[in-house]
Amino acid sequence: MKAGPKEELAVEVDSLFGDYPLDQAFDEMREASGDVRAHYRALAETLARLPEEELQRRKQSADLSFLTQGITFTVYGRDEGTERIFPYDLLPRLITAQEWDRIERGLTQRITALNLFLRDVYSDAKILADRIIPRELVYSCRHYRRQMRGLQVPRNVYIAVVGSDLLRLNTGEYVVLEDNLRVPSGVSYMLTNRRVMKRTFPQLFHSYGVRPIEHYAQLLLATLRSLAPEGRPEPNIVLLTPGVFNSAYFEHTYLARQMGIDLVEGRDLVTHDNIVYMRTTDGLKRVDVIYRRVDDDFSDPLIFRADSSLGCGGLFNAYRAGNVTVTNAFGTGLADDKAVYAYVPRMIRYYLNEDPILNNVETYLLSEDKERRHVLANLDKLVVKAVGESGGYGMLIGPHSTARQREEFARQIEANPRNYIAQPTLDFSRAPCLIGNHLEPRHVDLRPYILFGEKVNIVPGGLTRVALEKGSLVVNSSQGGGSKDTWVLEQ
Amino acid sequence: MLSRVADSLYWMSRYLERAENTVRQLDVTMGLMLDTSGTSAEKRWQRLMASLGKVTEMEWSGDLDAMARTLVFDSIDHAAVTFCINGARENARQVREEISSEQWQRLNRLFHQMHSQHAQAQFRSSINDALASVVDGIHLFKGVSDTTMIHGQGWQFIRLGRYLERSYATATLLEVYQPDLFHAQEQDHSGYQYLELVGLLRCCTSFEAYCQVYTADVSSDRILEFLLLNRDFPHAIRYCVDGIRDAIESIQRSGGRRPPEELTAVIGRLQAMLSYTTIGEILAGDTGAFLHTIREQCMRIHEFIYRYYVHYSIQSALAI
Repeated sequence: MKAGPKEELAVEVDSLFGDYPLDQAFDEMREASGDVRAHYRALAETLARLPEEELQRRKQSADLSFLTQGITFTVYGRDEGTERIFPYDLLPRLITAQEWDRIERGLTQRITALNLFLRDVYSDAKILADRIIPRELVYSCRHYRRQMRGLQVPRNVYIAVVGSDLLRLNTGEYVVLEDNLRVPSGVSYMLTNRRVMKRTFPQLFHSYGVRPIEHYAQLLLATLRSLAPEGRPEPNIVLLTPGVFNSAYFEHTYLARQMGIDLVEGRDLVTHDNIVYMRTTDGLKRVDVIYRRVDDDFSDPLIFRADSSLGCGGLFNAYRAGNVTVTNAFGTGLADDKAVYAYVPRMIRYYLNEDPILNNVETYLLSEDKERRHVLANLDKLVVKAVGESGGYGMLIGPHSTARQREEFARQIEANPRNYIAQPTLDFSRAPCLIGNHLEPRHVDLRPYILFGEKVNIVPGGLTRVALEKGSLVVNSSQGGGSKDTWVLEQ
Repeated sequence: MLSRVADSLYWMSRYLERAENTVRQLDVTMGLMLDTSGTSAEKRWQRLMASLGKVTEMEWSGDLDAMARTLVFDSIDHAAVTFCINGARENARQVREEISSEQWQRLNRLFHQMHSQHAQAQFRSSINDALASVVDGIHLFKGVSDTTMIHGQGWQFIRLGRYLERSYATATLLEVYQPDLFHAQEQDHSGYQYLELVGLLRCCTSFEAYCQVYTADVSSDRILEFLLLNRDFPHAIRYCVDGIRDAIESIQRSGGRRPPEELTAVIGRLQAMLSYTTIGEILAGDTGAFLHTIREQCMRIHEFIYRYYVHYSIQSALAI
């Protein structure tokens, strides 16, 4: 190998980084010295070699592919509801085999413990009797469901489908920000991103040796089947959606089609003698397993919110009678309450007698006087979150807030301290994104998708969410976030 | 299959058929207006509106281009092409998991095409090209539907929607044209009569097919015979009704529930009407009433489809 062309390439790689600041946040692509990390080198070199027009052409072709596939979301508030493609970034996020191994073990451990916790709380509640977690904290949770007490769920699996959010700290360590145990979404973007990326960078993809994720739908179906009520060897499995106006509707149809199961709405279901049926052109057909994408509150107007027409009256009683499996189970939101979250490491030690492999983000419970005083004195440095919210709502990001917002939050915290937690403002990791025609770093998180049926299964990767706005820390798609394909490498 | 899904597929198909029908009739009407025959543009427009089923209240304003544009691009008027394509897509969107990706992408592309700047520009430069590209889009959709979808119940509901909409639209068209054409003086040598008749055939894309059966010897009686009673031409009402019966039988075979007796009875009666009546008898009797009966029977078929497959009562379904 001659020295000439290699050096030239190094110069071109450097020229990729226009305005690419490095600071204390962990950069996925570059070391502190500015050198490209070993596993990102092939990507950088490919980009450096690619003529600018060619890169833009691939970008446009990827855009078009998203549009014609209808991977869009609706912008409300205009006459016809303008549809936009889901924002994404063209460059993959790379994760080495070694990093992934730790994530996989950590999540398996964590989900196992969380599931044991739900089973315990809804049966003997030993963990509360042993005073590991304060009774009051659990029973005051908005997502705690008394109706679930003493109910036997199939295989004792409460949380069959989970999408935990991970962040990477400036040490490079992955930590868990939240466990989404109710109806985590986004997996369809993971799958469609991959499809588009394989077409956009076929050679690069091949040369990297990326572990596949395409079998997710098959795994999900196997998971659902494994949870069917006993005595139903050929279960009729359906996906329950709130309907076409739900922002995740695309995903519901996508998953139903990939699994080959019916996508039902509440109005398609009827119950009779504690058996759930769906209305078909051949009359009523019994339903055995429901993969539920409707929140607890809206699932059964007879048990939960009476004003909801999205669910099916009588569903809960059929579930209680063991005639239908509904997954995730009701009341799982208890374990992803942001205050209960603070106790997950203790749960892992209590149930599994192991040290947590993935740590939590340091969390202040505002119902504790000492911690509340500390938080109120440092509101400008911390992030405050409402415990029952998700999607980036009900949140105060201290350093980016105004004095007035802080006052407002302080008042709300004083009024209802149980409803809030605080965490340090994390300078979580950044990955290179294609902005215009050069690279700029943007903050990213990682949401792997975990399935729990006969055992815990995690497809390697997940959805990398990107805060596309410069300097922003909010990655939620409802608030200007986008996504990236995530490549877990074989080596 | 889920009743709601069957309902959506059925309507998706009906809307597309309706869009195609509007496009073709508009295209033919505008073509006829080029010739300065005795029939005024206003009268032609009114006839167009009537044969589109009077679902629209568009009054003749004198500005043909503007009116044609509305009829193509309006998303509120029920006969407008864009309205129908929106409706088809909205129904398809609700059953994304049932139709193939190819079908969805075709329909979605057609939808985006209707809403693009390009479509408006194309319409300004050449209305015919613009209309032709819409019909192309619909044809492509039908093609991928037939080649990428399982020919199970869902596909049968698509056929059902297509044939029912087509039978109804053709019967309406003939009913509207009937007083003008079929009672006009035969042997009009000015050539305008010929243009009118060919126009009528073109509304049903049936000019070439007609010529294969009857040669270019165009007469109103034969047209009526062809469009009503031909058993091999897909736009003839008899062919469509046979298609409806086929679709219902397939649905019945694959499901095997209670036989939809009243539904098969209405279809059978309509089929018999079209199979065992000669054109001579139809012309000797009240042709208008005959066409009107076809439309009524179509509506009853629609009602029974709903009663058997979509909106049946739970109590009666549990009893079986």
